[in-house]
Amino acid sequence: MNFDLTEDRQMLSDSLNRFLADKCPFEHRTKVAYEAPYHDPALWAGLSELGALYAFGTEEQGGFGGSGFDITVVFEAMGRALCPEPLLGAAMGARLLAAAGADADDLMSGAVTYALAVGELDAPYDLDGIACAATKAGEGYTLTGRKSAVYGGQAADRLLVAARLDGKLALFEVTAAEASVTGYGMIDGGGAAEVVLDATPGKLLLADARAALEDAQAAGIVALCAEAVGLMDVLHKMTVEYLGQRKQFGRTIGSFQALQHRAVDMLTEIEQARSITIKAAAELGGPDAGRYASMAKNLIGRAGRLVAEEAIQMHGGIAMTWEYPGAHYAKRIVMIDAQLGDTDYHLSRVMAA
Amino acid sequence: MDLSYSPEDIAFRDEVRAFFAEKMPEDIRTAVRNGSELGKEMLERYHAILNAQGWLAATWPVEFGGTGWSPVQRHIFEEEACRAYAPRPLSFGLAMLGPVLQKFGSKEQQDYYLPRILNGDDWWCQGYSEPGAGSDLASLKTRAVRDGDEYVVNGQKTWTTLGQHANRIFCLVRTDPDVKQQQGISFLLIDIDTPGIEVRPIRLIEGGHEVNEVFFTDVRVPVTNLVGEENQGWTIAKYLLTHERTNIAGVGFSMQALEEVKALARRTTRNGRPLIEDPLFAARVAQVEIDLEAMKITNLRMLYTAQKQGSPGPETSILKIKGTVIMQELRDLARRALGPSSAPFPGHITDGNLMLAPVEAANNAARYFNGRKTSIYGGSNEIQRNILTKTMLEL
Repeated sequence: MNFDLTEDRQMLSDSLNRFLADKCPFEHRTKVAYEAPYHDPALWAGLSELGALYAFGTEEQGGFGGSGFDITVVFEAMGRALCPEPLLGAAMGARLLAAAGADADDLMSGAVTYALAVGELDAPYDLDGIACAATKAGEGYTLTGRKSAVYGGQAADRLLVAARLDGKLALFEVTAAEASVTGYGMIDGGGAAEVVLDATPGKLLLADARAALEDAQAAGIVALCAEAVGLMDVLHKMTVEYLGQRKQFGRTIGSFQALQHRAVDMLTEIEQARSITIKAAAELGGPDAGRYASMAKNLIGRAGRLVAEEAIQMHGGIAMTWEYPGAHYAKRIVMIDAQLGDTDYHLSRVMAA
Repeated sequence: MDLSYSPEDIAFRDEVRAFFAEKMPEDIRTAVRNGSELGKEMLERYHAILNAQGWLAATWPVEFGGTGWSPVQRHIFEEEACRAYAPRPLSFGLAMLGPVLQKFGSKEQQDYYLPRILNGDDWWCQGYSEPGAGSDLASLKTRAVRDGDEYVVNGQKTWTTLGQHANRIFCLVRTDPDVKQQQGISFLLIDIDTPGIEVRPIRLIEGGHEVNEVFFTDVRVPVTNLVGEENQGWTIAKYLLTHERTNIAGVGFSMQALEEVKALARRTTRNGRPLIEDPLFAARVAQVEIDLEAMKITNLRMLYTAQKQGSPGPETSILKIKGTVIMQELRDLARRALGPSSAPFPGHITDGNLMLAPVEAANNAARYFNGRKTSIYGGSNEIQRNILTKTMLEL
């Protein structure tokens, strides 16, 4: 039994935390997060140089990681800094490229940015509902359909698209410039895109991609859960610090037991969230990965809402302002629930399994 | 026990319903429905429509130009207004200052200011909270020092809702720093364009501009603008806050929000079925519907008591706590129903073909985040619990 990070992962964690504290301070973060293209090439290059993207690839692929804990180390650091850079597409994409036996060098070096175009308006979470269709066209394929809320799609060079082909769910690579991509900013910062495919050429990566997509989704969920743990940890510390500073009625508000207990309830949920994320990371790639990813995402959804709402409430008006960093942490924590399946979706999956 | 409205109440309800059907402008209805920011022009136009009907000052007695409505009639009016997607009239002049002037103001103040509120000549904002005085309002520090026929005001107010549109602000100021906190406060009326006043915007969590900071530097205010006696301000403030809490349950708004959530869940597809058929989501909707059904009756019971006793009691804090929690739950469901379609920043997607959500739901995430304010403002829900602890539990 050992819950410590390996030396290599600890080093990556430390260097990412240092780098992001230095290069992604709150004011810069807010500018990047809310101004088109919702992506900072310099920050991206820095993260790539530190090897954040190589952590998503296995050694066979030329990376140095690829396990659940490599993903959690990177994303917890991203969460702590509230960094909006679109790393999720790389974390999930590396696994899809591996499954397809495709080259991932450009992904891991950061030279080419990837986004996953899987979810659709009427099927935001479930793979079964995907309607986007592929058709054989000469030597290659064309794709038709709309992919919605493609996270990081506004800044992606290539899109990994899930589409129906001969009754199966297949995976294609589409050059973003050849699709109709409309980017926009998001309420919690960062960007996404609506991708409209209309007989758009696509390169077939996997004719039966179901298992690979499920594995990529489990990896993405582990990433989001780790990000949420980083976010919640920071927001909780901000809240406790505020309780210790803010004075009303001649005393710090942290001296009121009603608030002390609520701050402890937040702490309890964050510890539980960290534990279930560790479990999901440990199971990633295994036969029960999906089940534990769903458990983690459900718990994170519940804990996240509690932590975000209680942090705002205990701060009072100040956490309702744009100027206060905690407000932005709270927004990201809440909105993570709408990514890769929400609390209810994953509860139903756990119930069915 | 009889839970039904009297025939008179029903006739009144029908009259109000007909009024909104006929007079409610479509652009204002749409703005309210879509959760868009209502500009100054829309709010003033809506006030004028109500005023022309004599229905603007729902809480004022007839002698001051009000409706003279009973609490139950006011409730019916609000319910119908919500049903019609009418905005809530601005509370600062109508629900707060009006009743204060009627009880504590001089004849001159009443004659001058009350008609101006009704006619839309004045837009009032509230100068209560300060950076260091939120829940502990009595610790406020904005200082007013008497100098001949004037007070000289220095200090800062915050969370001043829609202060950017206001021409006047009513303020709690400290006129005696040497006595018990509550005994050294006065209630002053101040013109915003007096030299030395600066209004600065505060941007809110979801990006909107609704509240402000107001800075006072050597602002000279005629002593005739004092309401009531010097150092009587705390009594006035408490009186005002009980009026702020009328209709605080927001039952009408929650009923409207519940219908919207159901409509959205019917037209949203999840796992190949309408979301409303997802048992987990349906359970969330049913739970809040149960709470709201109880809240309607709790609200009516308290209105009934207020009508019998002549004024609302401390139990209205229950309405504030539960009413805001129900509303916030509904806002959460409205965001949850959209999933990732709630993520775009409001206004970023302008191409109608690319909208992820129906136009009236496109701001649901922003409305959820903005709605977190309701359990903080108007005496936070923690302060309401303190009030209930003291008054109802006597602990």
